[in-house]
Amino acid sequence: MIRVAIFSRQRWISPLSMPLERDPAPAGSKQPRVGLFVTCLVDLMRPEVGFAAVKLLEDAGCTVEVPESQTCCGQPAYNSGDRADARAIAAQVIAAFEDYDFVVVPSGSCGSMIKLHYAELFDEGSPWRARAESLSKKTFELISFLTDVLGLTTTGARFAGSATYHDSCSGLRELGIHDQPRRLLAEVEGLELKEMAQSDVCCGFGGTFCVKYPDISNAIVEKKTAHVVASGATTLLAGDLGCLMNMAGKLQREGSEIEVRHVAEVLAGMADTPAIGQGKP
Amino acid sequence: MQITSPAFKANASRELKNATLQKSLRNLERGFINNRARAAAALPEFEALRDEARDIKNHTLAHLDLYLEAYERKVTASGGQVHWARNAEEARAIILDICQSLQARTITKSKSMVAEEIALNDYLEAHDVTPIETDLGEYIIQIRHEPPSHIIAPAIHLTKEQVAGDFRRVHGNLDPERNLEEPVTLLAEARTVLREQFLAADVGLTGANFLVAETGTSVIVTNEGNGDLTQTLPKAHIVLATIEKIVPTLEDVAKIMRVLARSATGQEMSVYTTFSTGPRRADDVDGPGEYHVVILDNGRSAMLGTEFQDMLRCIRCGACMNHCPVYHAVGGHAYGWVYPGPMGAVLTPTLIGVDKSGHLPNASTFCGRCESVCPMRIPLPKMMRHWREREFEKHLGASVPRLAVRLWALLARRPFLYRLGVGAASTALRLIGGRKGRFKSMLLAGGWTKHRDLPVPTGRTFMDQWRQRQDEREAAGNAAAKHGRRLGQ
Repeated sequence: MIRVAIFSRQRWISPLSMPLERDPAPAGSKQPRVGLFVTCLVDLMRPEVGFAAVKLLEDAGCTVEVPESQTCCGQPAYNSGDRADARAIAAQVIAAFEDYDFVVVPSGSCGSMIKLHYAELFDEGSPWRARAESLSKKTFELISFLTDVLGLTTTGARFAGSATYHDSCSGLRELGIHDQPRRLLAEVEGLELKEMAQSDVCCGFGGTFCVKYPDISNAIVEKKTAHVVASGATTLLAGDLGCLMNMAGKLQREGSEIEVRHVAEVLAGMADTPAIGQGKP
Repeated sequence: MQITSPAFKANASRELKNATLQKSLRNLERGFINNRARAAAALPEFEALRDEARDIKNHTLAHLDLYLEAYERKVTASGGQVHWARNAEEARAIILDICQSLQARTITKSKSMVAEEIALNDYLEAHDVTPIETDLGEYIIQIRHEPPSHIIAPAIHLTKEQVAGDFRRVHGNLDPERNLEEPVTLLAEARTVLREQFLAADVGLTGANFLVAETGTSVIVTNEGNGDLTQTLPKAHIVLATIEKIVPTLEDVAKIMRVLARSATGQEMSVYTTFSTGPRRADDVDGPGEYHVVILDNGRSAMLGTEFQDMLRCIRCGACMNHCPVYHAVGGHAYGWVYPGPMGAVLTPTLIGVDKSGHLPNASTFCGRCESVCPMRIPLPKMMRHWREREFEKHLGASVPRLAVRLWALLARRPFLYRLGVGAASTALRLIGGRKGRFKSMLLAGGWTKHRDLPVPTGRTFMDQWRQRQDEREAAGNAAAKHGRRLGQ
């Protein structure tokens, strides 16, 4: 059982000293209302990550809602130079999520797309720019939301085995996520964290990069899997499903038995399902 | 210099199979990164200096015309001459003119990427002036007839055994039994051979790390001392520099220099830092009789006021490529021209056209490590994205990925259709994939499955399952309410 204190309104707002534009929750309720941005990869490939995120958020005292009109954050269009489509998708996400107290994303990459790049898509001074900026202030990657905003120090999960953690690039360099997952993992009973060398170097995924330049991507992920294997850990964790699928796919192609999971699955105590690419027993 | 940037993909595949290159790249990866990290950590104000360096260049670029004119006045006042070159052709012609006016037969050169950019050596050779590279790395690639593979370490792609082989081939008059096993013996041999060239040269050409508007001074930083011999011994010293090398004051030079070598090699300062102001004066004991500065634009002024202006802050330290996973994988030659790595991915399209170099800004994972170490805080991934935007607008690049993105975006903009599509994809993938959990190969996903397995979706989409969960919760809630009402009756 995960025990989480009910946070007073002051407590969960104060870490950011962030003025909220609207009442954060219905009268009488002190639970922050969180809109979960599932991400397109989690939606299609690994719904477990979404449910792990829901569990972590609900256990931490949040009310979680999942707006139906979400599809993807628009990053594939944005990074392919297709600004018009990226802008249309951004507007769609802004409209669907701007009424929540917080928007939480189980991905540093999609999280930073919404938090840091949406505003760039709209002209300075335009109403959409202002709406994008206001959404930015309440958008967080899942793990950093739990730690930095809610002040969570443990999730009370258990995990039997050793794990190594890969720092996905956007989360690390755009959102400053490095210590937060490690702090929570250190509190997971039974889990031994074994750091790999160069955990902060790209895994070679890069969105469409990995299919546009497969040989280069392969050379990069080969170095990564070598570090993963050398760490001696039996599980590889990270906070972005794209990177995880890339590294899992490579490890499996190399015949490795290392299990690959989203860090939220372990933190939510939901690591009892087959790992990425493992199939059903 | 032949441009092979359009063949980036083929170049990259070739280099990935080049075992010698891969060995050299592994050394580079370790050395430069650790040294920079140590140097940055040892200087508490390093991050603040990066901000200041950025601000100095931003200020300069905002008043570039004024500083360039001020610089010219100072150079003229100190007895030198400034030549303005709009493009490579003009720059080459100016340099040849100076050489011919002095009946020069040889010209020594210290390392200059701008000289590579304008393909100066080929041009001079074609006009009977022999260029001699005096930077060890540049000398090695000159005798191998290769382009540089790195902007501060042009021969980083080679091993010392390859260099020993080249020296035996080219320095035929030396003892064939001599020891060339150690880097230091290679260096000594190059030094001996080049010493004669330094003394014989009629003209010396250097690049510039900075041009100082306040004093009309050009500054070079080197580690081998070849730059000093190049510029002080011959009759004339030609400085070849581009417009963005200008800074207002000597104080600014001092500031930017504190981040330059630390970012490049991890040194606090390079071994030699040389300030040159005008030709030899009456009471100077040595120095060149003539001092020429060729200031080249070559497309840079067109970057001012555009989304690429920030690129003009670049001080050519090479930190971006030293930290780039793509550069580590394929090396500098794959990029197909003078400037490799992230800075090249932004600069090359402006200089040779994005139609020829479109792969460069695309071949990035946007991991952002380059920007995180850039001493001038140049947002390199952002500018690579801007190039992708220009390509997309102009319908450049491959049409299949473009179509795929448009088609996907079409769905992503229509949540209902998207849900249907993703639901169908999930069902189909699970049907084909079965219980084994992953695909070894799949139609239309060859780019992925060529090198790695692809997982099968683990169940119905999250959105499907979530809706079901909500319905069940609601039903349970209704049932409870109903039950409650019944009890109440």
